[in-house]
Amino acid sequence: MTALRVWLADQNPSSRRQARLGQLWLAWLRIRRNRLAMAGLVIVGALLLVAAFAPWISPHDPLVQDLSRRLLPPGTAGNWLGTDDFGRDILSRIIHGARITLYIIALVAVTAPVIGLLIGTVAGYFGGWIDAALMRLTDIFLAFPRLILALALVAVLGPGIENAVFAIALTAWPPYARVARAETLTVRNSDYIAAIRLQGASAGRIIAGHVVPMCLPSVIIRVTLDMAGVILIAAGLGFLGLGVQPPLPEWGLMISSGRKFLFEQWWVATMPGLAIFVVSLGFNLLGDGLRDVLDPRSASR
Amino acid sequence: MSLLDVRNLRVTFATETGPVQAVRGVSFSLGRERLGIVGESGSGKTITGRAVLRLIRPPGRIEADAMTFDGQDLLAASERDMRALRGKRIGMVMQDPKYSLNPVMTVGRQLTEGLRLRDGLGRADATAKAMAALDAVQIRDPDRVMGAYPHELSGGMGQRVMIAMMLIPEPDLLIADEPTSALDVTVQAEVLSILDALVRDRGMALIFISHDLRLVARFCDRVLVMYKGRVVEELAAANLLAAQHPYTRGLLNCLPRIGGPRGPLPGLDRTGDWAT
Amino acid sequence: MTGIPAPPRDNRLLRLLGQIGLGLVTLSITLLGLLLVTFLIGRVVPIDPVLSIVGERATEAQMTAIRIKLGLDLPLWRQFFIYVTDAMQGDLGNSIRTGESITTEIARYFPATLELSTLGTIFGTLVGVPAGVLAATKPGSIADQIVRVVGLMGYSMPVFWLGLIGLLVFYGQLDWVAGPGRLDPVYDMQMQFTLTTYTGMILIDSALNGAWDVFGNAISHIILPAGLLGYVSMAYISRMTRSFMMNELGQEYITTARVKGMPEWRVIWVHAMKNVLVPLITVIALSYAFLLEGSVLTETIFAWPGLGSYITDALFAADMPAVLGGTVVVGVVFVTLNMASDILYRLVDPRARE
Repeated sequence: MTALRVWLADQNPSSRRQARLGQLWLAWLRIRRNRLAMAGLVIVGALLLVAAFAPWISPHDPLVQDLSRRLLPPGTAGNWLGTDDFGRDILSRIIHGARITLYIIALVAVTAPVIGLLIGTVAGYFGGWIDAALMRLTDIFLAFPRLILALALVAVLGPGIENAVFAIALTAWPPYARVARAETLTVRNSDYIAAIRLQGASAGRIIAGHVVPMCLPSVIIRVTLDMAGVILIAAGLGFLGLGVQPPLPEWGLMISSGRKFLFEQWWVATMPGLAIFVVSLGFNLLGDGLRDVLDPRSASR
Repeated sequence: MSLLDVRNLRVTFATETGPVQAVRGVSFSLGRERLGIVGESGSGKTITGRAVLRLIRPPGRIEADAMTFDGQDLLAASERDMRALRGKRIGMVMQDPKYSLNPVMTVGRQLTEGLRLRDGLGRADATAKAMAALDAVQIRDPDRVMGAYPHELSGGMGQRVMIAMMLIPEPDLLIADEPTSALDVTVQAEVLSILDALVRDRGMALIFISHDLRLVARFCDRVLVMYKGRVVEELAAANLLAAQHPYTRGLLNCLPRIGGPRGPLPGLDRTGDWAT
Repeated sequence: MTGIPAPPRDNRLLRLLGQIGLGLVTLSITLLGLLLVTFLIGRVVPIDPVLSIVGERATEAQMTAIRIKLGLDLPLWRQFFIYVTDAMQGDLGNSIRTGESITTEIARYFPATLELSTLGTIFGTLVGVPAGVLAATKPGSIADQIVRVVGLMGYSMPVFWLGLIGLLVFYGQLDWVAGPGRLDPVYDMQMQFTLTTYTGMILIDSALNGAWDVFGNAISHIILPAGLLGYVSMAYISRMTRSFMMNELGQEYITTARVKGMPEWRVIWVHAMKNVLVPLITVIALSYAFLLEGSVLTETIFAWPGLGSYITDALFAADMPAVLGGTVVVGVVFVTLNMASDILYRLVDPRARE
């Protein structure tokens, strides 16, 4: 193990792979030192694990109703977080809800940055009227209230998880386009890009192979921090009944259905919200930590 | 009778990778004369200047055997005492007026601030004094400058404002930290001559911090050469060319000379034990 | 040797007008884009709007008549043109549920949202800015950690969940505040029938009327939602203030101020703060916009009859024109807020005035 460490910490790497891995290793060390970021990493990791192993971890089936065990308080044997008004175990529902949450986040995390990167790099690289038009488009979408627009879109398209993801992604891509364009503009006129162009590389190759990698660190940080917000928007849509439909255990939906019993059986609405809070917090912590490590210019410490 | 007496000054910064000693045992005394401190980046010369004014904030720590100004112990002085000293008796001119002047306050306000708050002058009196100070640094249209913002001034002008600002309260000691390094060469000469005249006319002591050895030699009476937080040599400016220490000699040898040999300039040889 | 480039006065004025003009053009384009998006969303509706008005039993002739009346027979771009011109005159169509003009309805509901969001932002700023400054001036200290953690929690929480918890604890358990709604029914009637409405904002109106009992009741109702929204707002504002302040405190001019012998409070609150205010204005405007947006969720929780409630009620009643009308209004407010903060930024930062 120590031999590997020495190899990674070598100041004069002998291969590109060694240099890259060494950089990653150093970044890992710096993240590790930031306790809050590590907490975030743990939370996100837990989300992934829980979602992956949901059917095996959850003590009960999330959809099976048992009306004889309705509205039991947390701490009841076998139902650590209590049961809802259909007798379903809240803990199990939360665990399975993690899958839904992860699904939504993953889809948005894949689509929005890709769209944004595409638009931003093209705008920045080609400049001129293409740039102006694309930036107008970006500004228009950036100026919209995200939640409201997602709401209107889903209201029209009909509730459902794919529509919710589509609506969220549609309003989430502008910041990535902005960031990508800014990075592209910085890089566009540098000598090494000119050199590659002289070697005959096409615009597509230059953008994909050279400009995009430059944008990646900021995009990664942005995505992580964004996910925290996406979770909240998705929960909001679910709360309004615009996301997944019952009886699926989406966390926002669970809060909404628990509202009726807020004052007597508070746990039905409170527990799912706690889950949302913890996961969103995890992404925020992780994103902050990543930003401190990957982009010290904008570090807030 | 020395005005400023510094003995075994040490400045340490606590960083993530352990404590870093920026200044490692610097000693000097200063009377009503001009002392130059020369060194490359990272030599600790700027920090030394700031330490005298006790401007080093945590995680930095100042320690010294002694540090006295005109009989007053600078180490033991309270923050209140230091504030009374700063500006009034010790001033500091910094490198780049683009950064060292507050960008959202007019020049007039920045000039009169000290007078009005510290000395309790009324607006008219303070403005008059400020205009007089601008006149002393040869600014021809003080009215416009008073109402201008720092970004509206050229580099040379901004630096002159800076000098005026520090000289208004008529301090005994002026610390000039790379005062001309951010200026064009032609403007440098102007600003330096203004500084020269003012320091001479008011009988101020001057600490001139710079990386430019020749400049310091011309401007100052004595020179301290610093490297990596230590003073490696101290000599009179007139004797600079006869410097003994290998580092100083190395610095001198790096300087191009008109009429000198045409071969490549030598680099610094940092292999001596003084280089640790 | 002057060194100051001072352009003649008329040139400066012209340039300012040019900037305003450019700003207006950008604003118009953005608003047009907003209308285009909502228009397109409206046309994507899978439910035939005609059907939802006349029902399934209508005859072909009746449906055609309605279709012509709604202008649905015209080509799409003409429909859009009508849509935009109507919107510019303030006509957003009629609600399917009530038949009333959407604009009139929204005008009735909007002050409630305005009141809540404004109060929330005020709380958020009054607490968030000093908190951020405190954290920035003592980095790494306990105070700093607390501010950061509290702030972090604030914007990781779903606002509507926070509202529910707040109601549960402060109303249900502790009974410190009044429950959902803006006023108790008895005061509500008093407000409606005996007092004159000036602004639609109960706090202001009741005070202007001198009806202090109504005022007191209104306060007990608004304090919980405004406080919670203020918390969320404060989280973001304190974080940004901290970031800006730390940035400024590392600048050279701060050292200059200290060298001049200025007391530390002045260095922070006059010298640094003036520079922090410049980007902070944008942050506060954004925070305000964020609260407006979140009103859609919080107002249902607190039975607050504002724009958010209007939109959600319309949503549940499948009243698409009303939903879209509400979206347009929120969008317009958003865009206006952004532009206003832009203008303010230029006014406050002397460097941006060139």
